[in-house]
Amino acid sequence: MSAMAADGTLDRRAVVTRLLAERGDALVVAGLGSPTWDLAAVGDHDRNFYMWGGMGSAATIGLGLALAQSSLPVLVITGDGEMLMGLGALATVGAKAPVNLSVVVLDNERFGETGMQKSHTAHGTDLPAIAAASAFAWTETVRTEAALEALCGRIYAKGGCGFASVKIAPVDLPRVMPEKNGAIIKDRFRRALLGADAL
Amino acid sequence: MNAPHDAAVETGLDAMPWQRAIHAAFTEAGIAQVGYVPDAGHTGLINLCEADNAIDATVLTTEEEGVGLLAGAWLGGQRGALLMQSSGVGNCVNMLAFAQHCRFPMLILVTMRGEWEEFNPWQEPMGRATQAALSLMGVVVRRTDDADALPGLVEEALTETFARNLPSAVLIGQKLIGAKKW
Repeated sequence: MSAMAADGTLDRRAVVTRLLAERGDALVVAGLGSPTWDLAAVGDHDRNFYMWGGMGSAATIGLGLALAQSSLPVLVITGDGEMLMGLGALATVGAKAPVNLSVVVLDNERFGETGMQKSHTAHGTDLPAIAAASAFAWTETVRTEAALEALCGRIYAKGGCGFASVKIAPVDLPRVMPEKNGAIIKDRFRRALLGADAL
Repeated sequence: MNAPHDAAVETGLDAMPWQRAIHAAFTEAGIAQVGYVPDAGHTGLINLCEADNAIDATVLTTEEEGVGLLAGAWLGGQRGALLMQSSGVGNCVNMLAFAQHCRFPMLILVTMRGEWEEFNPWQEPMGRATQAALSLMGVVVRRTDDADALPGLVEEALTETFARNLPSAVLIGQKLIGAKKW
């Protein structure tokens, strides 16, 4: 591997499309930046919580949501930079380890929104290893279509708190922007989940 | 001097009356999740929350995780409270912007350091800035050094945060808690 080559080859939009194909009644949180554009590109859904800020918090938002809605699968889709900003959250999530929570990092080893600077995962940080050492029930590094298929069989199974790093190609795709007002995103999510009286 | 928070540490669930009153206010308000970074002044309340089957208590590595945690709780239909000491407020600033923009309610309960009888000068700058930092981020702040007044302020803040869908904070003066023993 050359110094500039990233590890991943999977297409991020295809990955997210596949991850969400069997989402059913799952609740989905997208970390700010490209994962939010990916989630919007796959198709808007009122059980999506899109982040446009709060970098470093996608995993803890997923934790609070998974604890509150223990009967539903909760999927956090975020980027390597966003996850790296909140590494302590892996310890916090692992300490509670709700069986219905999965955290999937779309890992292009880059800070994609700010000029594609190499992130710590390009310099050797192994996020699934950190998650495993933080008491997650299962962890995976996904590099192939076959491994992605296997991952899709785990993320909605409520079989244990899971973490996966999906190694994607470092490609800057056109932005697909969802609703920008966070209060609207939040209230729509709550109404869909909790009913019209939830506001 | 046998500081109150040391007594709480020694006796576990034998919390101070004001801590019991705050726990009762949590119950009354339907608080279902509590996030905390431990502080000696919160020990009795943390123990009460951990022992309460109606409350899911989560220990955090840093305070801003609690803003995310309780935002997630609210997305899922649960009310939450966040316990920290004053230094932790500094860690929360960007996440308070998130909570403001999205209008996530949560009670933030802060035990003060860096003021009355503080032995550690490293606590002083953040202690002096705590109330202003919260106010700067748009959080409504109440504060008291009076243990008798504290439960009422917590009840007010709980009502307010879930009525306005914005965070509300209550600062607990170091004089009320007792200075940390060195």
